Order: sequence, then C-alpha cells, then structure tokens
Amino acid sequence: MGTVFSFDVRGGDPGAVKAALEEAVAGLHRVNEVFSTYREDSQVSRLARGELSVGDCDPEVAEVLELAAEAERTSEGWFSTSYEGRLDPTGIVKGWAVERAARSLAAVGVSGVSVNGGGDVQMLGIPGPHRPWRVGVADPLRPGGLAAVVSAAGVEELAVATSGTAERGAHIVDPRTGRSAVTDLVAVTVVGPSLTWADCWATAAFAMGSRAGLRWLESLPDVEALLVTAGDEVRCTGGLAARLG
Amino acid sequence: MHPLKKNRPLRRIVLASATTVTGMVMLLALKPHEAPEASAAPAPAPSSAPSSGPTADSGGSGGSSTGTRTITGDSAQTIWGPVQVRITVEGGRLTDVTAIVYPQADPFETALNQSALPQLEEQALATQSADIDTVSGATYTSDGYRQSLQSALDSAGL
Repeated sequence: MGTVFSFDVRGGDPGAVKAALEEAVAGLHRVNEVFSTYREDSQVSRLARGELSVGDCDPEVAEVLELAAEAERTSEGWFSTSYEGRLDPTGIVKGWAVERAARSLAAVGVSGVSVNGGGDVQMLGIPGPHRPWRVGVADPLRPGGLAAVVSAAGVEELAVATSGTAERGAHIVDPRTGRSAVTDLVAVTVVGPSLTWADCWATAAFAMGSRAGLRWLESLPDVEALLVTAGDEVRCTGGLAARLG
Repeated sequence: MHPLKKNRPLRRIVLASATTVTGMVMLLALKPHEAPEASAAPAPAPSSAPSSGPTADSGGSGGSSTGTRTITGDSAQTIWGPVQVRITVEGGRLTDVTAIVYPQADPFETALNQSALPQLEEQALATQSADIDTVSGATYTSDGYRQSLQSALDSAGL
C-alpha cells in the first residue's frame, strides 16, 4: 500500500532546508521498511512472527509501541495495535512519522512547516507574516468539496487528522469484535497539537460511533473534533468553532 | 483578506525568495527495494500536461524486450489534483517510476487555487474557503498515482 506525503516548508536557509528535506524523506522510506506489515521482511513483520524481540529492532519500534500502548489505554481499547490477533501498529505509525518529519524540518530554523501524509497534516510555525496555516477538511459525502476550514491562528503547533471510509472503504476494525467497526460515522476529523495523537483519536472515535465518540473526544484535553454521520449530520466538540476560519 | 494577497508586489518577491522548498514524495510499496524518486523540486503545473493517453518515447527498439523505453501514463485525477507517472522499461523490466505531474501546494494562495485544487473552484465554495494550504481527508492511498502508473504499465505491455 502506498500513500503520498507532501512537504511545504517556508523560510530558512535553502541549503539547510534541502538537506533536512532529503533526510526527512529518507526517514519516511526507512519507517516504511521497518514498520510495513505489507513487507514480510520488515522488522515489525518479523517481530509479529516472533523472529525478533523488541530489543532486536530499531529503537523507534519500542518508541512507537509505547505510544501505541498509551493510545490503547487512553481510548479504552478502541485504538488497538493488534489485528486478527497479530501485532499491527500501522494505525499509529503514519501520524507519528509525519509529526517526526515536520519537527525535524522545523529544527533547522524555518518560519513554517506543513507535512501532509495521506490526508493527515502536521503544521508548525507560520507560512508567512500575518498568516496562519489553513487546512481544508474534505467533505466525505461530496468529493472535491470541503466540510470545514481549520486555521492554526494563534498556535505554534496544529495537527489535523481524518479517519473515515471515504477514500479506502471500511478499514477500521472494532477491537472488541475484530470485524469492521459498526459506526454511524463516515468521517471523524480531530484537531490538536500533535498528529501522533490526533490520528489515533480520530481512528478510535470513528470506531466508537458519533454519540460515544463525541463524548469521549470532549473529555480529552487540547482536542477538538468534527464528526460527519452517514446521514450527513455534522457534530463537533464545543471548542471547535475557535479553530474554524 | 490578508496583507499579502494583493497590491504588494515587492513583498511578494521578497517572500518568494524566502520560500525555500515545496515538494512531494511518493512512498510506494511497488518497488520495495528501489525507492521511487523523491523530488524536492517543484513539479510542472498540473494543468500544463493533460494527457490524451499513454505515450511512449522509444529510446530503444520499441516493442522488443531488450531496449530501453519510457512510457507516460494517463493523467489521473485525485482529490489533490492530477497525477501523471512516467516509467522506464529496460529489457522488459520496469527500472524506474517517476511522477512527472503531481499536486503541488504553492506558496501563493492564488497559484494554489489554480493548481493544487482545481476542482474546488467548481464546487460551491466561497473564495475564502478555498484559501487553504492543504487538505485533510480520509486516508488517500495514491489511487490516482496507481491509475496513471497502471496505464503506463498496460501500455508497456508489462
């Protein structure tokens, strides 16, 4: 399975930015090699088969598994890293990798960075003077249209993650049944400072459905969300309005 | 709606030189041991290369299995804009895949509106709503890229 990553970097020394960008791209390829469950020879595939221990893997594997365990606890099991009884941290890897790439680029002294990995975005800084990053949220029921526009005005870090059925069909699994989640939702968009978490929370809330999902998202600090139901109803957390622009 | 948008040509030029890199990279499992080219350079404007069908520039012996050929796939629409892929075939084997047209977030909003999200203009969207840098949506799996790639592969007879 492939996906597309786009980088938007503003300001900074061109040479330093180019080098950092090449490093970030190489890092994403490395993540794919280590974590892909589509590759029989990846460290995660070998770990899942018991051929390697966590200690044998790159240190990033332990880091991601710890984050995933925390996501599983916070979501009361709705976010899960096992699929059909097998280790599968795919659900957290992309958001984590995108956030890491964005932070590595920001570290070379730029005014703004936006990294979009397959529809999940981490933004840092600002794209230009007097202007915040602005993210369109794709309308799941009207291809090409937007359901909302989220602005990073007033914050240094903002992530926007969307989980749903619009692009890939039903692919989110209810960890309690091991089957495709039975949900009244077609998309959940989570807004928060960190894409690692925003991505996990969007996935978990999607599986929970609109009522439980919205209630749970409201309970999380620094998290706002927009939920779209199959009936084309839009529900959002109380503080989302402050992030729309 | 913001100070950079109009009537500030000088400032825009300054911004343009300060803007360093806008790029896009394709991560595909198609070639696990040979990563596809990751380009940090701006791509051609998507609107500049509409393709009516796969085209082949024969660098070798055409349909034979020994020469080197490059084949360009159909331009495919994605939620981000059009995507077009070129493949290189050597001795009947796929040796290179390059995205020659892909969506690109432009530093300037006007250009963004024209290039990265053309379909948004056709939607009933307020101008203000389209003034965005990027789009979040349910996981996008490079279907457009695959469609374009597939048309190139089909054309190459692979």
